[in-house]
Amino acid sequence: MEIVFYIASAIAVAATLLMLTRLNVVHALLYLVISLLAVAIIFYTLGAPFAAALEVIIYAGAIMVLFIFVLMLLNLGEAAVRTEKQWTRPRIWIGPSILAAVLVAEFVYLLTRSQGAGPVAAIGPEAVGISLFGTYLLGVELASMLLLGGLVGAFHLGLRKRTPEKAVEPAQRFTPEVAEPEEVLR
Amino acid sequence: MTSPYPILSIVGILIVVLSIAAGLIWLERRLLALWQDRYGPNRVGPFGLLQVLADMLKIFFKEDWIPPFADKYVFILAPAVIVVTVLLSFAVVPVAPGIIVTDLNIGLLFVLAMSSLGVYSVVLGGWSSDNKYALLGAVRAAAQMLSYEVFMGLSLMGVVLLAGSFDLVRIVEAQRHLWFVVPQFLGFVLFLIAGVAETRRLPFDLPEAESELIAGYHSEYSGMKFGMFFVGEYLGVTLISSLITVLFLGGWNGPVLPPIVWFLLKMFAFICLFILLRAALPRPRFDQLMNLGWKLLLPLALANLLVTGAVVLAKGT
Repeated sequence: MEIVFYIASAIAVAATLLMLTRLNVVHALLYLVISLLAVAIIFYTLGAPFAAALEVIIYAGAIMVLFIFVLMLLNLGEAAVRTEKQWTRPRIWIGPSILAAVLVAEFVYLLTRSQGAGPVAAIGPEAVGISLFGTYLLGVELASMLLLGGLVGAFHLGLRKRTPEKAVEPAQRFTPEVAEPEEVLR
Repeated sequence: MTSPYPILSIVGILIVVLSIAAGLIWLERRLLALWQDRYGPNRVGPFGLLQVLADMLKIFFKEDWIPPFADKYVFILAPAVIVVTVLLSFAVVPVAPGIIVTDLNIGLLFVLAMSSLGVYSVVLGGWSSDNKYALLGAVRAAAQMLSYEVFMGLSLMGVVLLAGSFDLVRIVEAQRHLWFVVPQFLGFVLFLIAGVAETRRLPFDLPEAESELIAGYHSEYSGMKFGMFFVGEYLGVTLISSLITVLFLGGWNGPVLPPIVWFLLKMFAFICLFILLRAALPRPRFDQLMNLGWKLLLPLALANLLVTGAVVLAKGT
């Protein structure tokens, strides 16, 4: 298990670095997906299979797909890559690199002083559910209220734009002139 | 419970699943022909069975062309994603006692995770082709699969509540006396609809609707890369049919006949249902598809979950 953990961690770090340096935004998102999948494997090796599954379903499978969905609608082409190139000159990396280096130094210092975690026990879905809806019930409810607020807000924004053309029923807009041809065999 | 011969199980399931997927091309053409009062392929070999082999040989020798305007690496990656994710899902499907690749305690979540990653294949295939029809197909696919995935997961939670586990083997064992299709009939119907939408089969094949989008997201694909999308679709049909068998129809449980025969019988019944749907139903408009998903099926799935939870709670105390 330990070797799996180190390989997955290396992949996560490498994929995240590549994600940061890509100019094409879809390639960057694909590296982010790889990074999230590697993090899911890390969760699994650390004894949290439920968190691993949720990481894949929600982050890699739903949120990232939505990102790509929006990018597809924007249809960024070569021009976007050129602008990105202008924005990310080497000079721009200096500040973030210094900050990140300080954090890495602190992290290494803390790691050398820590005793290391004890043996890892796998935590099944039941245990996660019991603690989510027992100990942390208030947090879960607060998070769901926040999400509901976001949902209602998004619905409101979407609705306001569409109101003027709502007079026409969708069925009238798309009335086909010719009958649909029969399904052609492949 | 793990298999006594893991390698044998892996290789066996892989070969059987891939041959079923290939065989489905023949089965679909023959059954469609039957329902449309034609013969279908019946010249090559007995009952036209070798037609599959001939088609495979042909597709391997087709020119494998990558459009110069396409995003080359993503274009190559996309068809592989769907085959890999569907085949990985089969790892947790229990075919018969002892015939399973790995018995995860989050088996059902693993299947849902792989199915949500499968969306990338279609979306990236359409995006990297840099073709407006392919892009339109990919946008439709992304919207459709994201919407239907939501209540696909929710419709299964009733089964999870009744069985008390995400483990597919324990779900099958919990159905020894009563198949979950009886107490969870609504969940079964919802999952069937979501499954058809997830595999992008007719009547939910709007991402490739050939009468309006040429072939949708795989318009630019040729040769074996197109073949991968094709095989991926049949693998998806096989996967959804085996999942319905495992989750709602008691998996390998059944009298007299050996377990594996029961599993295959139930699975093939649903595969035939998938083909019949294609022969019988017209394609809806895209706004109808979205309305159906969000305004009818999602509330039904939530209500089903609520009632099942209440019943389980009342019984437990």
